[in-house]
Order: sequence, then C-alpha cells, then structure tokens
Amino acid sequence: MTSQVAERTWQHNVHLSGGAPAERPGEPAWLSAARRSAFDWLSQHGFPTRKDEDWRYFDLAPVLGLAFSPNREPSIEPRAADLGAVAGPSLGGPRLVVLNGRYSPLLSDVTLGLGDGLHVASLAGEIRDGGPGLAQRWGDGAYSHAFDALNAALAVDGVYIELAPQTTADAAIEIVYLTVAAGDLPLVSPRSVIFAQAGSRATIVETHLGLGHGHSLTNSHTRVVLAAGAHVEHYRFQAEGPEASHLSVVEVHAGEASRFASRTLAVGGLRARHEVRARLVAPSAELRLDGLYLPAGEQCHDNPVLVEHLAPGCTSRQLYKGIVKDAGHGIFNGHVIVGAAAVGTEAHQTNKTLLLSDRAEVDTRPRLEIFTDEVAATHGAAVGQLDQDALFYLRSRGIPDRDAQAMLVAGFAADVLDGFAPGPVRGLADRLVGSHLEAGSGAYQPEVKR
Amino acid sequence: MSGAPLDLEELAGRSYAYGFVTDLDTDLAPKGLNEEVIGMISAKKEEPDWLLDWRLRAYRHWRTMSEPVWQNVRFDPIDYDDIIYYAAPKTKEALSSLDEVDPEIRAMFDKLGISLAEQERLSGVAIDAVVDSVSVATTFQAKLAEAGVVFCSFSEAVRRYPELVRPHLGSVVSYRDNFFAALNSAVFTDGSFCYVPKGVRCPMELSTYFRINAAGTGQFERTLIVVEDGAEVSYLEGCTAPMRDENQLHAAVVELVAMEGAKIKYSTVQNWYPGDAEGRGGIYNFVTKRGLCTGARSKISWTQVETGSAITWKYPGVVLKGDESVGEFYSVALSANHQQADTGTKMIHIGRDTKSTIVSKAISAGHGQNTYRGLVKMLRSAEGARNHTRCDSLLIGPDCGAHTFPYIEVKHPTARAEHEASTSKVSEDQLFYARQRGIPEEEATSMIVNGFCREVFKELPMEFAVEAQRLLSVSLEGAVG
Repeated sequence: MTSQVAERTWQHNVHLSGGAPAERPGEPAWLSAARRSAFDWLSQHGFPTRKDEDWRYFDLAPVLGLAFSPNREPSIEPRAADLGAVAGPSLGGPRLVVLNGRYSPLLSDVTLGLGDGLHVASLAGEIRDGGPGLAQRWGDGAYSHAFDALNAALAVDGVYIELAPQTTADAAIEIVYLTVAAGDLPLVSPRSVIFAQAGSRATIVETHLGLGHGHSLTNSHTRVVLAAGAHVEHYRFQAEGPEASHLSVVEVHAGEASRFASRTLAVGGLRARHEVRARLVAPSAELRLDGLYLPAGEQCHDNPVLVEHLAPGCTSRQLYKGIVKDAGHGIFNGHVIVGAAAVGTEAHQTNKTLLLSDRAEVDTRPRLEIFTDEVAATHGAAVGQLDQDALFYLRSRGIPDRDAQAMLVAGFAADVLDGFAPGPVRGLADRLVGSHLEAGSGAYQPEVKR
Repeated sequence: MSGAPLDLEELAGRSYAYGFVTDLDTDLAPKGLNEEVIGMISAKKEEPDWLLDWRLRAYRHWRTMSEPVWQNVRFDPIDYDDIIYYAAPKTKEALSSLDEVDPEIRAMFDKLGISLAEQERLSGVAIDAVVDSVSVATTFQAKLAEAGVVFCSFSEAVRRYPELVRPHLGSVVSYRDNFFAALNSAVFTDGSFCYVPKGVRCPMELSTYFRINAAGTGQFERTLIVVEDGAEVSYLEGCTAPMRDENQLHAAVVELVAMEGAKIKYSTVQNWYPGDAEGRGGIYNFVTKRGLCTGARSKISWTQVETGSAITWKYPGVVLKGDESVGEFYSVALSANHQQADTGTKMIHIGRDTKSTIVSKAISAGHGQNTYRGLVKMLRSAEGARNHTRCDSLLIGPDCGAHTFPYIEVKHPTARAEHEASTSKVSEDQLFYARQRGIPEEEATSMIVNGFCREVFKELPMEFAVEAQRLLSVSLEGAVG
C-alpha cells in the first residue's frame, strides 16, 4: 500500500469511526458484538488498493478521497410521487422502500401480495421485536473486503423477509433502495436479510435508485439464506444517480437441493461494483447467475462473482454480458472454486463484452480453481465489437445504420434479458435498458418530476 | 481406480532418470550474496566495467524489492544467503577443441543422451552445454559462423561481441521487472547468446542444455537471442538436475528480440528434478522469459513442455510492438506428486493488426497443483488486434488441483479477444473403450494424455516431440493405479 493511500485510508477510518460508535443504545448484545468485530476487521485490514487482485481494475481512490458522512438523514424528503416517477409502477406485490439506508413506512406499500407464511418487516423492527433467528442469519463474520465489513459495522436498517416452509409468494416482492443526495455526501449502508425456509418459493426484486444531485456512496449488503428445497429468483437493478458510487454485496447461502437465480442489471452510478458471493453448502443445489452491465459516459461497472462449490452434485451457471459505450469501463471478475468435497460438480462461466467506442475499456478475469477431479467445468470470455458482416447484411436490406446497430445490441443483450421473468419485471428491465441506451451518452438519469 | 498398490519409492526412483550426480572438480564461490560476490563473479568472467556496473545497479534494486506472493504456489522462505551463486567445473585454460572438454563432463552429457561430439552429425543440432554456472562447450560454431550466425556462451559473447550484447541486454526484461529478474541480473553467471544477421535463415537448430550438478548452488543463466530483419532461428532448451533432498533455485532470464519480418521459435523441454513422491527436494524454477517483436511482421513462438521442477513459476510472453507481428504460446504443464506450477503467458498487443494464439494444456495428478495464469492486453494503439486462447486442464486423481486465472484487458473496439477453457478428468468412456481392447489402464491414460497434448507437441521440433511424449509417460507413471 502506498503511503499516500494508507494515509487517506487512515483519515477515512477516523472519520467513519468518529461518526459511528460501534455500540448503539438499545441494541441486542449479539449485534453490538458483530459491529465491534466488523470494525476490528476493518481497522486491521484497511481499504483495498489496486494492488489487491480483486480491486485491480476498479479505482477506489476517488471514493476514498471524499469525506462521506454515514447514517445522515436525507436532506430532501421525497414524496410518493417522486418515487413513482423513478421506480415506475408497482410490480404487483409489496413494495418496501429503504430511503438512505432506513426503511420508510411512508413510501412503502405493503397492501398488496402479502399472504400467509410471508413475513416482511424493516430490519430495524426485526432487530427490536424479532426472534433469535436474525442473529444466526445476520452474517458469518467473514468479509470479502473493507466495505463489506463497513456495512456490517454501520448498517442499522433495511428489510427482513422470511418465508415459512412450503410457502409460495405469488407476486414479486420489491425492495427499492433510494439514495437521496444534495451535495451532502451521504454514505448509506442498507442491509437486508432474506430467509427462505424449506420448500418455499419467492421472487425478490431489489432496485437501487438515486435522487437529487452530487456524490453519494451506497454500500449495501443483502444476505439470502435458502433452506433445503427453497427456490428464490432474485433480481437486482442498479440505476443510481450519475455521480453516485455504488458498492454492494449479495451473499447467498444455498442449502440442499435449493435453487437460486440471480439476475442483475447495471445502468447507473458513476462507479459501481456489485458483488455476488454464493456458497453451495449442501448437495444438489443449483445456481444461476446472470448479469448485464452497460457502462457509458465515464461510468465504471465492476462485477465480481464468487461461487464456492462445497458439496457434491451442485451446478452453477454464470452468464455476464457487458455493453460498453463512450469512455465506459466494464469489468468482470468471475471466480469459481470447486472444493475437494464437491465431487460431481458442474460449473460454467461465460463473459462476453461488446465494445462500442474507441475510448471504451474492458477487463475480464474469469477464474476457475478446482481441487477435485470429478468435475466438469468450463469458462469462456470474448471481447469484440459489433459483427461488421451482420451490420452490412442489415444495411444492404435498407435498414439504417443506427437501427441496425440498435438491433444487434438488443440481440446481444437478449441472451441475458430473456432470462428475466416475463411481465412487470421484464418491463422494468426493458425500460431501464431502453432509456439508458437512448440517453446516448451518460448515465441513466431518472426524472424527478413528470 | 483399481489396481495393485504400487511401491511409491520404486516409482519415484524409476521416474526420474537424470537424478545422478557427476563427480566434477568444481570451483565454488562462498555462500551468500553481496557486492563482493558479484564483483568476484564479474572478475572471474573478465567482464568489462559497464557490465559490472549494470549488475551492481540490479543488485541494489533487488535489495529494495520483496519476494512476490501473488502466485498460487506454496513454499518455505528461501534464504538468499544460503546459496552458492557461482559454481563452475574446473577446466583447462581456453579450449581449442571439443576434445579438450573434461571427459567426465562428456560422459555426463552422453549419459543424458546428448552428444557433444561434433562427429555425430546425425543429430544436426548445435548445442551450448551449461553446467551449473558456466557454459562448458558449444558445438558447430564454425559451421554457424559461415552463415554469419553467432552462437556462443554469454560470457564469450560479452568478451567478443560487446557491441551486439550491450544494446540488447535488459532491453526486453529490465532488471526492474521483477524480484527474480533483478536477482538474475545481479548474479547471472552464463547462458547462451545467439545473433542471426539480416536475411539469414539459421542453417540448423540451436540448443542449450542446462545441467545443475553441484549441491547447494543456484543456477542463474541468461539467454539473449537477437534476430535481425528477415532472419529466422529455431532454438531448443533442455534441463535436468540431480536428485537431492534440498531445494535448489533456478532463476533464469531469457530475452528475445525479433526485428522486421524476423521469426524466432523457442522450445523448452523442462525436466528439472521435481522432488520425490513426498514432495522433498526438487528445483524451484522461477524464470522470466519474454520476447519483443520490435519490427513489423515479426513472429515469436514459445513452446514449452514443463514436466519437472518442484515449483514452476514462469510466463513466457511476447510484446507485440511491430505492426502485424505475431505471438504464439503453446504449453503442456504436468504437475504430479507434490509439484506446483503457476505458468502461462503474457501477450501485450501494441501494434496494429497484431495476432496472438495461446494454447495451454495442464495436467494435474497425485497432489499436483497446476495454475494457468495468462494476460492478454490490447492497448489503445492495437487496432484490429486478435487473440485466441484455449486452455484445458486434465485432472487425474481426487487430490490434485487445476486452476485457471486469465486476465483480459482490452482498450480498442476493433480488437477481439476470445478465451475458452475447460477442466475435466480423464474420460471414463475413453478409458473403458481402451481397456475393453486390452490396453492396461496406465497405458490407456498415457495415450489419452498424449492425445490431449497433441496440439502442443506438434509445434515442437521432431526430436523434442518424441522426447516430450516419452517424458510425459514416465512422469505420469504411478499417477494411475
């Protein structure tokens, strides 16, 4: 670590710990202990630099260079109409809104789609009133990096969802994280826990949106625990404001014969890093991880994916696609580990990136680490531009250049988008992709007023 | 897998045929590394001041560096003050003909299956033989000189052709490049030098044979190959070492320079002592190899068969600076017993329409750990650059590991990079088919493995291809059963 970065890190640490005492009045002892251990981890390990293999391509210096303030109240109070304008219509189920890291009962709408066996609460409420279950599922004290630990240290609220055994939630459960900035450099740390008990099924859509102007830093963490035979379809849309920094982790713990699908779409933020970390801890679990990222303007989108096969007979498939415009920077950091016990594993990993400008930049690192012989593992990566022959073919049939390009780009994205559930979820994805690509240059900018 | 239990000790003994020690009268430097030792090496080689200066600069820089830790291998710390940096078989003053080479050394090379006698024209390969720290003989020099090709030991080149050596030394691998390159630059003792002038196609294959013989030493050789406009050369390198319980360090540097339209083919069959079945002993092979395609339409091709060494750590790379230049990397890496390999390549595309191909085949058996690590980098200037990478891993047995760490960095929209990789074990169906036809399991596995590697073997010169196949079969003995 260079001394300059070390110094900045130190200042940052001091700043953060000054603003956030490890213990909070009224909190249960287990949570205070978890916060303390996260702070200890953070001060011991410090912030990553580009010398850390996992942060090789993502420049943290601009983030560490700004004095963000944690857990500040939003400077502007958005109204329900503002939310509707950026988040679009409801997906037909409950909509839970987390405003600058705190659950907002005012903006949330839980009148739809709540049936028997589906328990939905604010995380703060669950900490206060809930049973001992949350303590077990809060986290295992293993952090992949400083920001992961920072979230565990600072998070006070978010969403808690629990599905009773054999419950099926019919409509998608929507969590909207809204970060409001007004030049006040907010650092927001929402944390959500989703617990799908044996044989339950649900679709969960997490959307990150931004309002206002100026820099903000969202550092979110979502933990999904799947018991035996549970099936969760998880969507994650990132459409934060044009100056936002976004760091997030989705951590998955997959039980026996459970099925988890993660589908992520990133269009917003100035620099965004969305990590998916999945552990297949019991036999026959199935994992599907798809991602589409569209950095344009000066945006940087980093996609670290870690899959750990720890039990026999599990399957994992990853498909990440990037479309990079302008001076955008797309990063894929895939990593599959097949442990010695994971015999009969099937693991596949694919990353494809389309470069649409001569200032665009792509880094990809699809890694496989395999410690047993009874496996079938593949990975592939490709980087290139639009197929000139296909463009020529379309133009020769009278399709203008611009339309031809749009068709080919749409076709490229379709591999990922076609995996999205038809209906309102796919509609939301199309709307985000459409407005992002039409914007020509720059990040997706949500309209506050219609 | 089934089969009678095999005597591991017997197997370990059987599978490394080059583990003998030749009793040579050896001239040794004291253990340890300091400026005096470097001065002593330089004085022994009667080097000019500029070279000593360069060594000392490298040494001072090395002192500021720390051993790299990012590679995916595990080993006990190396005590750099417990290594003998110079060990040379004592020779008579200035050899006038090969007959004067120490009969013991000649016997040693005969035993290794390499004839230093020029009479054996059949082999048709010019050899530079390096024992421990120095080159002991170079064959066919006169015939090569007729064509204008210079092929000699590095020390001789420094003395006789400083104008050829000086501008290129460190031009591809700077002493600042990495920890082991800096160490090598400070203490390198010998190696091979080859210069092919403009328009000359080297009339025969060139080869260097490296042998570590003395105990407690490290081998630090340096190879420099400069090929001028439109010239061509094919170069082979082989290496072996005695069986010992200690780990010996081999930190070499190879630099290749290809000018406009030049072609260099560099093949390695690396068979350093890999350690015994329990992972004791063996060579630490920490090598920096890089080629620079400085001219347009030049081509550098690396082919390596890595079966030896306790730990292999090397990434032969090509810097594709000239427009339309071509880089190739073909590799077979085998890790059996407790061997560890972290190997791959770097292709840096700078010029327009540059192309690179990477084919890596990794085989892990026993407790072996094999990592492919490759970088494909296409800079903003690399318009129309192309890369295709294929890397496959084969696993034999439940305790081994195969890892793939590719890095792809692209900064030009017309550049295209493709990477494909697969990892699997030897197919049960193929084994069943072979056994059904009366082929024993071990032989069948060997056949399948050879088939798996064929794409790389076909890039090797014929004699080496045969040798490589045999080596692979021998190294795999005991891995199945």
